[in-house]
Amino acid sequence: MLNTSLLSLATVAASSLPPDAGSAAESVVTLARIQFAANISFHILFPTISISLCWILLFFKLRFRKTGDSSWMDAYKFWVKIFALTFALGVVSGITMSFQFGTNWPGFMETVGNIAGPLLAYEVLTAFFMEATFLGIMLFGMGRVSERTHTIATWLVAVGTTLSAFWILSLNSWMHTPAGHEMIDGIAHPLNWWEIIFNPSMPYRLTHMLLACGLTGAFLVAGISAYRLLRGDRQRSVHLAFRTGTILAALLIPIQIFMGDLHGLNTFKHQPEKIAAIEAVWETETNVPLLLFALPNEQERKNDLALGAPDLASLILTHDKNGEITGLNDFESHPPVAPLFWGFRIMVGIGLLMLAVSWLSSWLGRNHRPLPQWLMRTLVGMTFTGWIATLAGWYVTEIGRQPWLVRGILTTADAAAPVPAANLGLTLSMYFSLYVVLLTAYISTLFLLARKAGQENQPVDSERTLSEDTLHKGTLA
Amino acid sequence: MNEATIYPLIFAGLMALAMLIYAILDGYDLGVGILLPFSKRGENDAQRDRMIASIGPFWDANETWLVLAVGILLVAFPKAHGIILGELYLPTAALLAGLILRGVSFDFRAKAMVTHKRMWDHAFRIGSLMATLAQGYMFGRYVHGFADSTGAIIFAWISAICMTAGYHFIGACWLIMKTDGQLQGRAAKWARRSLWFMAAGILAVCIVNPLVSERIFEKWLSIPNIILLAPIPLMTFFLVIAIDRFLKKFPRIPNKYCWVPFAGAVFIFLLSFHGLAYSFYPFIVPEQLTIWDAASATASLKFMLVGVAITVPAIIGYTIYSYRVFWGKAQKLCY
Repeated sequence: MLNTSLLSLATVAASSLPPDAGSAAESVVTLARIQFAANISFHILFPTISISLCWILLFFKLRFRKTGDSSWMDAYKFWVKIFALTFALGVVSGITMSFQFGTNWPGFMETVGNIAGPLLAYEVLTAFFMEATFLGIMLFGMGRVSERTHTIATWLVAVGTTLSAFWILSLNSWMHTPAGHEMIDGIAHPLNWWEIIFNPSMPYRLTHMLLACGLTGAFLVAGISAYRLLRGDRQRSVHLAFRTGTILAALLIPIQIFMGDLHGLNTFKHQPEKIAAIEAVWETETNVPLLLFALPNEQERKNDLALGAPDLASLILTHDKNGEITGLNDFESHPPVAPLFWGFRIMVGIGLLMLAVSWLSSWLGRNHRPLPQWLMRTLVGMTFTGWIATLAGWYVTEIGRQPWLVRGILTTADAAAPVPAANLGLTLSMYFSLYVVLLTAYISTLFLLARKAGQENQPVDSERTLSEDTLHKGTLA
Repeated sequence: MNEATIYPLIFAGLMALAMLIYAILDGYDLGVGILLPFSKRGENDAQRDRMIASIGPFWDANETWLVLAVGILLVAFPKAHGIILGELYLPTAALLAGLILRGVSFDFRAKAMVTHKRMWDHAFRIGSLMATLAQGYMFGRYVHGFADSTGAIIFAWISAICMTAGYHFIGACWLIMKTDGQLQGRAAKWARRSLWFMAAGILAVCIVNPLVSERIFEKWLSIPNIILLAPIPLMTFFLVIAIDRFLKKFPRIPNKYCWVPFAGAVFIFLLSFHGLAYSFYPFIVPEQLTIWDAASATASLKFMLVGVAITVPAIIGYTIYSYRVFWGKAQKLCY
């Protein structure tokens, strides 16, 4: 899974280039883009989990304090290990980012540094430190600080991770829909920070991303817990975590689908060329069908083998089946079509699968009924689907901004550094191999921890073990 | 002084502060990583666990000071960030790979299968070593204004080894403070051994720095500066001798003074850092860009300063709090 995701990443990054990319300068930009895409894709995997897992941990902790049921604490103690590991990977892969802005994309900070700088600074100041410092107390402070201080530390880590997302998404949104600035001699200067931070696409992008984090965490918790249950680990804490995961997923996914639609409408308003590429609409027309399958052909500027639902794209995007969508041919420049078209369909496909599986699990599992084996196995198989959907969605939005790095202000090619291609190739292969090793280690360690937890706590104490009759009802709010 | 003069100065000061705190804090945990013993089985395993437990609650926050330092360079002095890190492209990549490797090994070792634990310990050590060598190398190149001559490259390698010795030293001092028994005795030996390497490195920078730049030569060796500044090298020299004497007698010195070498190490770092800051000021890229040439727009610096004024004191406050929580000898980590 890991190899394919990295490979697909490389191909996505490469295929997002104009077809005539051949000259040396362009190949350097390509390598720089692949490298940045690899680093940032690897990095984002871990915050998506830690942002939500921290709130889930806080939930376990608060349930424990409310009910006094030590199984909640057992769940906390198991998941906090995974949180620590995830957080460590997030921190170290994040450090790479703060270096790479300068090494690979000096034009970015030179042109929009006055805007991007403060937002990045606030990310580090308000969030990163809060997480990193209180994490020590959260992980190792139990028994050394009071129970209340420990809960406060957990709260602060959760708020810190979320604030991190706020600032980063604010900057990222500004790159899509810049506002609140003026250009003086080709350099962006801030005019109104409120407009910069809460730029037009920011509320949608932030909500969409936070929900994606929530779903990634929920499916991770459900998947690993299902794995433990299937292996015969009957501890009550596993059931509690399992139900937390499935119910959380079932609650979040409809909200996510709704928010995704709003985000799409926002994009249609501000970045119509991105929507045209997602829907592979070449000519401006009304009554546009929603393509379920097609092979966008950029050379001949048409779709091969298109299969679509009549009028649906117009209906979704303009809320009128006769609505007009501007086609790709009417834009001066537009992003590459195939990666957007397919990335979007992967994301939506996984979203629908998540909807089906989480609702089915929550419904069949009501009143603590056991779930059928096949459904449990499906959940194990879906442990990391949040990652795939997040990455797919992210490629859609980021590749969809091309050829711009900051829309209307700076192109990606102009921001790239004149780094020798050999150096880029060397560091790229170093990062790639490091990431492959780490991702393999991460995933296998998660399952190893799940097995270890099952062996360490063989059911000796029947009261803390869950069977059909000793089950307390309604402990999970 | 107008706003355009003073804001870049404030941020340069902050960046220097972040770098200094980083060098001290991540310095000791990088040092502990380099020191991990492997020779004999059995008791070494327990000592490695203890050593790693001594840095467990802190390394994450320590490393964050690097993010702050590089962050300020990026956001307040974007032009300098591009030049410096562009020139140091490959060592930067090595530094990052080292930091990634050690950061994750720390967590993986506690969770991996018993048979893999040793492998992660090795990865932790190699990662730490890569990071310190890369930092020293980068520093050496920086001092020389990124010159490409053979002499400059040799100097960069000497700098890499001596900076590693410096981290080795402060790491050993940390262990003297945070552990006891046999491990503490070993740490005293490690500290003494690396102390002289580090001192040689400081001396080398003191000699090379004025030689490569006439400006720096003037700043230090003209009258009356040479007399006014003499306390910096003299105090450093005195501290090196004093710590060496202390470490030599170490097992016979009561444990309540176990913090003395660490405090001495911090002092040496402080003095060296001041010497460097004085040499390079007002340049951020040696002899090329001053802090004012490289600074962002004043409006942006102003906006950031609001956040800085609120959060940096808070960060320092809760850093002190977390050190108090984990005060005393390192205990086994369980979570």
